[in-house]
Amino acid sequence: MKYVDEFRAPELISKAGEEIRRLADPKRHYRIMEVCGGHTHAIYRFGLKDLLPENVELIHGPGCPVCVLPMGRIDDGLSLTAEPEFIFAAFGDMMRVPGTHGSPLEYKARGMDVRIVYSPADALKLARLNPQKHVVFFAIGFETTAPSTALTIIRAKAEGLRNFSVFCNHVTIIPAIRAILDSPDMRLDGFVGPGHVSTVIGCRPYEWIAKDQGKPVVVSGFEPLDILQSIVMLLRQLRDGQAIVENQYKRVVPWEGNPAALRAMAEVFELRPYFEWRGLGFISQSALKIRAAYAEWDSEQRFTVPGVRVTDPKAAQCGEVLKGVLKPSQCKLFGRECTPEQPVGALMVSSEGSCAAHYNYSQHRPVTIAAAASL
Amino acid sequence: MCLAIPGKIVEIDARNAQQATVDVVGVRRKVDLGLLAEESIRPGDWVLIHVGFAMSKISEAEAADQMHTLMILGESAAALEEVEGYGLENEYPPSEYPARSNRGVIS
Repeated sequence: MKYVDEFRAPELISKAGEEIRRLADPKRHYRIMEVCGGHTHAIYRFGLKDLLPENVELIHGPGCPVCVLPMGRIDDGLSLTAEPEFIFAAFGDMMRVPGTHGSPLEYKARGMDVRIVYSPADALKLARLNPQKHVVFFAIGFETTAPSTALTIIRAKAEGLRNFSVFCNHVTIIPAIRAILDSPDMRLDGFVGPGHVSTVIGCRPYEWIAKDQGKPVVVSGFEPLDILQSIVMLLRQLRDGQAIVENQYKRVVPWEGNPAALRAMAEVFELRPYFEWRGLGFISQSALKIRAAYAEWDSEQRFTVPGVRVTDPKAAQCGEVLKGVLKPSQCKLFGRECTPEQPVGALMVSSEGSCAAHYNYSQHRPVTIAAAASL
Repeated sequence: MCLAIPGKIVEIDARNAQQATVDVVGVRRKVDLGLLAEESIRPGDWVLIHVGFAMSKISEAEAADQMHTLMILGESAAALEEVEGYGLENEYPPSEYPARSNRGVIS
C-alpha cells in the first residue's frame, strides 16, 4: 500500500472548482455550513476558500465536541480529582482545555491523578489495574465515540467492575443543527454533512432538514475533492430548487448507519431533557445520559458534582464564532490574548476548532490546494 | 477523535471473539470488534477504527484512501500516536510492550 502521493487528481480538483464557479449564481450569496470539525480543519488546511467564488461562503459549524463543552462540565469532572482515590481519565484532546482552575494537564501538574487514554476501553483497563482506586472516564464526543463509551459501560457491568464510572458529556449532532436553524440571526442555504458521525447514524436522521426546512444536505468525505464535490452537489440542488439528502461519502457511509453501534447507544443512553452547549446555550434533548440500569457506572449518579455553570470570559466571543455569526478573526481576543499556546476559549484548543484552524492556517498556509490545482 | 484510522485485522482473539489484533502501518494493537456485530470479521479484513473500536468494515482501497486523507490532513502522526497508546501501552516502560513489527512510514 502506498500512502504518499500528495493531492490526488489535481485536475479533478480544479474541475470541481470551475464547476462551483459555473453553478454559483452571481446574483445570489450562498452560505453553506460544514457541520463537522474535521471538515473545518480540512477546509483551512487545504485553503479551499481560495477555490470558491466570493459569493459561496463556508460557515463553520458546531461539530467539534471539545469546543461545544461548557467550562462548567470540565470543572464538574475535575472536581472529582480532589479525592486521592480517584483517577481522572480523558482523551488527549481534553487535556489542555481550560477549566476555571486550570486544565486537566495543570491539575496533573499539581499532583492529581490525571491520565490520557486513547480509548474508553483503556480507562476500563486502568480500573482493572488499580482496584484500590476509582477511575472516572471523562467521555466526550458525538455519535462517533458515544457507541464505544456505551459498549465499555456494558462490558464494565458484565465484568462487575465497580471502581469505574463515566462522566458523560456525549452530545448528538441533530439537535445542534436544529438549534442553529432555529436561531434568528442565522441564514443558511445548505449543509455539508459530517462524514464519520454518519457511519454510525446513517443518512436518514438528516432527512427532516431537507423535507421540513428545505435545505439540502450532502454527507461528505474529508479529502479536498470530497468537500468540493459536496459543494457542487449542494449548488446543483440549489440551482434546481431541490432539497434532498445525498451521500457523497458512499464508500464509507452506509445509508442506514451502523446498527450494532446504534443498539449499544440505545441500551446504555437516554436523552437528557436539556444540555448546555457552549455558544448555543441550552438545547433540549441534545445530549446523552446514562440509563438507570447502568447508574452504578455513571459518575454523576454515583458521586456528587457541584453542577457548576461558568460563563465564558466576557471578552471572548466563542458563542458567536461557534454559531457562525462572527469569523474567528473578528473576536476581540483572537491571536492576542487567545492563541493555541495560551487558549482562552475551547475553539482555540482543538485542531478541529475553527479558531485554531484559522490561526494555524490563515497567515501561513503550509498546504494550498489552490496552488496544486492551478498547476 | 473525529477522524477514523484504517487498520488490517491480523488475528481474532482465540479466547474472545470480540477482540482482535489490528495492524496500522506496522503498529499492532488490540481493538474491540463489539460494534461490528453485524459483520463477520476475519483476519485480512480492513476496518476503520475510532478510539479503540472497529466501527466499519471497508475495502483495502478505502483503507489506503483513508490513510491518504489522514496524511494530507497532517493527522497521520496523531493517528499513529493514538494507535500506539491503545492498551495503555505508552503508560508503561517500553520493556513491557509487546513485540511490534517494523513500523512503516506514513508521513
